[in-house]
Amino acid sequence: MNITQLSVFLENRKGRLAEVCSLLGRHQINIRALTIAETESFGVLRIVVDKPEEAAALLKEHRITANVTNVVAVEVPDKPGGLAGVLKVLADHDVNVEYMYGFVEKASDNALMVFRFDAVEPAIKVLSDNRIRIVSAEHIRGL
Amino acid sequence: MIWKEDIETMPLEDLKNLQSERLANIVRYVYEHCPVYKDKFDQAGVSPGDVRSIDDITRLPFTTKLDMRDHYPFGLFSRPRTDLVEIHVSSGTTGNPTLVGYTRDDIGLWSDVMARALCCAGAEPEDTIQIAYGYGLFTGGLGFHYGALEMGLTIIPTSSGQTKRQLKIMQDFAPRILACTPSYALYMVEEAKEMGLDPRRSSWEIGVFGAEPWSESMRAEIEAEWNMLATDVYGLSEIIGPGVSQECHLKQGLHVFSDVFYPEIIDPETGRPVAEGEDGELVITTLTKQGIPLIRYRTRDIVSLTTEPCACGRTSPRTSKIKGRTDDMIVVRGINVFPSQIEHVLLGIEGTHPHYQIVIDRQAHQLDSVQIMVEVDEKIFSDEIKKMRALERQIQHEIQAVLSVSVEVKLVEPKTLERSMGKAKRVVDKRSL
Repeated sequence: MNITQLSVFLENRKGRLAEVCSLLGRHQINIRALTIAETESFGVLRIVVDKPEEAAALLKEHRITANVTNVVAVEVPDKPGGLAGVLKVLADHDVNVEYMYGFVEKASDNALMVFRFDAVEPAIKVLSDNRIRIVSAEHIRGL
Repeated sequence: MIWKEDIETMPLEDLKNLQSERLANIVRYVYEHCPVYKDKFDQAGVSPGDVRSIDDITRLPFTTKLDMRDHYPFGLFSRPRTDLVEIHVSSGTTGNPTLVGYTRDDIGLWSDVMARALCCAGAEPEDTIQIAYGYGLFTGGLGFHYGALEMGLTIIPTSSGQTKRQLKIMQDFAPRILACTPSYALYMVEEAKEMGLDPRRSSWEIGVFGAEPWSESMRAEIEAEWNMLATDVYGLSEIIGPGVSQECHLKQGLHVFSDVFYPEIIDPETGRPVAEGEDGELVITTLTKQGIPLIRYRTRDIVSLTTEPCACGRTSPRTSKIKGRTDDMIVVRGINVFPSQIEHVLLGIEGTHPHYQIVIDRQAHQLDSVQIMVEVDEKIFSDEIKKMRALERQIQHEIQAVLSVSVEVKLVEPKTLERSMGKAKRVVDKRSL
């Protein structure tokens, strides 16, 4: 039920982000979701792509430091309160969220939230028990 | 004035006899009191009886920084710890510092050579001296203090830092002599101007600068900015601290106090003496120390030496300013830094050996800045920003603890380091010293 997110280490320098995205683009890798966490001197680019293994290998080949993190993509109704509902379930069950970011699906009324949890398995159980739809890797690939 | 006139103006032949006598004594002394030296001599196939003249010194084995590291803490000492009245340290190549210690007589020796140095620079008994070298475990502050005490100067022990206070003290007490690192002297120029002072009207007339390499153009700048005579002092903790040699007002080389610190210049590859006037590695033998006398200690400083008499009247040999190093040691804000110390820290933190590069720079009239670029590879990369920040802070904290110099740590991508490193140059020194 996990999906693979790539975290990429980037210096806070002009053109670094463009270079990585362009590299992925040239190799027909599609970015589904993206977020950047930054400090004054460096940033961590987190991306969900359609072909994570390929992307990981590509980055490694180009000496770009990246690693793979297990995250969970959750379907959230794309209306006011949609996200709050999911977050309440997590909070009620003491599930700790490290970070999250969202994107909108093209052909549906749902938004997708990517969650990085402290403890993945318990989180997945809580979501499933509460009938919150977890999106599979195949689904991400086919988006 | 010349502090120890009979010694400092001694005819060369008499000096040579004195050195020969002292060499024979010190060789016997370390052989009897220091098992490590006894072992060294035995292995070199030389015994105290073989040393009768100063020329026999070339038969003796060298002592290196590695010997000091290998026998840390007290293995190279010739006296028990209880005979030592003072301990000082300087930077080591790895985790441990280099340890030195002084008996009461050694402190007397240090006081004497530093008094000679101060007089050589032009200090007079009624002068006030501002000692802005750091007081503490490093030898700068206290070495100058003992010399000034011996001379009977009025000492203002400001130690280093707190620039506004240094300048206020200069205004209020009008010291004639300033002792600090040359880069600090230039750094104070800016602060002085900001305080509305005219540096050229300062009370400082003579500077005794050292603890780091500095060029003739830096000297010219200091002299122009402060309207003072800027002289060079040289020393190293292993030998005594400051006080191995000193420039006189003629600024034509540093007079080595060779009756107690015998200099040789060798080819660092072969170990053999070079011809007079040629560049080579300075090797020093302490002829009278008691606590931790060293035989033929390789300083790794490159100089040239002349025995030509100086017009000031001192007869001891003179060396040039330090022209370079035979190893990769750098001096930052007067403190010795070995790149291997940084490697040691990085290895200790992550258990891995990340690539790194040290970049040292100095903006005009600023203090040295040290930036350590550490490569982030998969082994140390974490997806969590807070972990990366913590790593940055940890590296900075541990390096500062070992080096005693504040550094900036920058996490960089592998490609950045590769591009700027070319042939794996660990240290990039952008300063023009």
